[in-house]
Amino acid sequence: MPDKINYTPNTESDIKLMLKEIGVNSIEDLLVDIPEELLCKQINIPSGMSEMELKHSLKSLSDKNANLNKYTSYLGAGAYEHFIPSVVDHLSNRGEFYTCYTPYQPEVSQGTLQGIYEFQSMMCELLAMDVVNASMYDGASALAEAAVLAIRHKQKKNVLVSKAVHPEYREVLSTYLQELDVKLVEIEMEDGITSVSDLKSRIDNNTACVLIQTPNFFGCLEETEELIELTHKNEALFVACVNPMSLGIIKPPGEYGADVAVGDIQALGNYINYGGPHAGFFAVSKELMRKMPGRLAGATTDTKGRRAFTLTLQTREQHIRRGKATSNICTNQQLLALRTCIYLSTLGKAGMIDIGNLNIHKSHYAIDRICELDGIDPLFDKPFFNEFAIKISDNYKIEEINRRLFESGIIGGLDISHFYPDINNAMLLCVTETKTKEDIDELVSAVSNII
Amino acid sequence: MDFPEDLFYTKSHEWVKKEGNNKVRVGITSHAQSELGDVVYVELPDLDKVVKAGGACTVVESVKAAYDIYSPVSGKVIETNNDLENNPQLVNEDPYGKGWFFIIEMEDPQELTKLLSNKDYEELCQTK
Repeated sequence: MPDKINYTPNTESDIKLMLKEIGVNSIEDLLVDIPEELLCKQINIPSGMSEMELKHSLKSLSDKNANLNKYTSYLGAGAYEHFIPSVVDHLSNRGEFYTCYTPYQPEVSQGTLQGIYEFQSMMCELLAMDVVNASMYDGASALAEAAVLAIRHKQKKNVLVSKAVHPEYREVLSTYLQELDVKLVEIEMEDGITSVSDLKSRIDNNTACVLIQTPNFFGCLEETEELIELTHKNEALFVACVNPMSLGIIKPPGEYGADVAVGDIQALGNYINYGGPHAGFFAVSKELMRKMPGRLAGATTDTKGRRAFTLTLQTREQHIRRGKATSNICTNQQLLALRTCIYLSTLGKAGMIDIGNLNIHKSHYAIDRICELDGIDPLFDKPFFNEFAIKISDNYKIEEINRRLFESGIIGGLDISHFYPDINNAMLLCVTETKTKEDIDELVSAVSNII
Repeated sequence: MDFPEDLFYTKSHEWVKKEGNNKVRVGITSHAQSELGDVVYVELPDLDKVVKAGGACTVVESVKAAYDIYSPVSGKVIETNNDLENNPQLVNEDPYGKGWFFIIEMEDPQELTKLLSNKDYEELCQTK
């Protein structure tokens, strides 16, 4: 036995008493039936630390990480740095709220249910969709669930996904679908957006859905109207994966007729800790409401006529319908959804428009400035939100540029060839409202010193 | 509890009414609706859907849970009760009348002989 484990609930004397009661001498005696070679050998771990020592030790470890207090980051590609008003931390850290779990005896947690209800309502407005659920694990799994919904609803077997959808989202999608009897087909890109002519050549009556991301992985806005027309003509569902941060100024999916809208809410009030945790959202038209995974909170009145909240839709979940459930998702990412709810209520309608404009203006200022440098050009010529791709002359390797930028306190953009091997020496940069004009000028001058 | 004499019944609590030579109207019994509680949604089968006797073809959601409804006979769905879309409570209010679900054109009218009579069904409900 180790001599001291402070947080083990049974004391030495508790253990002795229990052993005596059942008539054995030691813990080891309980294990005599297990062959010796199967028993765990002594584990070589150092002895314990005091709380103060532990904090100190962990702090010195975490100080080895680069973080956003010390570095100015231009990384996006699915995880976005935005300013988070302190009220978001303050309220979401309250003990009554501080759980990631969706309540299982929900009606006793009126505050949590109201949080879900408000989240759903604000997301509905932002997306211009009829129904939004209580949230999903992340944007990628929400996208995959949308494909599964479409397959079931349309009773068809082909899923078309644009190559301009985030490559990691497509990986999750393919993992989700691999054991189903369906065919996953990728649609080619043309100048940074989904090729309408390629979609035309691949879509047919067997297509259950078309999955598009806008702004897409490269930050470019898709030609949604043309894509959706083609999709609906073939009796397939149109699934739009969107960055909700853009919707104060960019047409929301409900307005161009998307059947399902999904995406990630990390950008709305959640930090980019190691790229996580994330949360997703799932929105549908009224017609598909009962095919939707997850749960819905609704407003009602209690027996005394007071306004109250309740779970109104969860009957198709795994724990009630088992094998016939529409999805195995029967929970949500409550804490992050709550943060999004607080964030959205803090910004309000005008705030979402302002922040959208700031992102657009700053990212466009950045691309204009950086492309003034010799050897750097925009990779695509398409409208974009807060992310854009640049092509850098082959004389300078992205990896080397990023290493040098890092030395001067800047985290550069993503090397696109990681995900798209045929796109050579291109960088994906993200510029949000968090960057000042001075920051951007500094980035440009740092790059000019390198190339 | 009400068990009309002119109907056939199933162990899974559907009622069947013969209409003409090879057509039947199907719904759920008064006993079933009372066990389910308030019905909030009925997902009806598509028209022309081919169903097998004993196969699940409709889903009823009540405030308690969601249940499958099984087709009592084999055949093709030729009509469904569209009123249920906006008024699912008809299943509770009038289970043998306005709360009907669908009409099936039977493949084999002989299948009806395998169903329960009102007496058999009443007995089944009482033994439960």
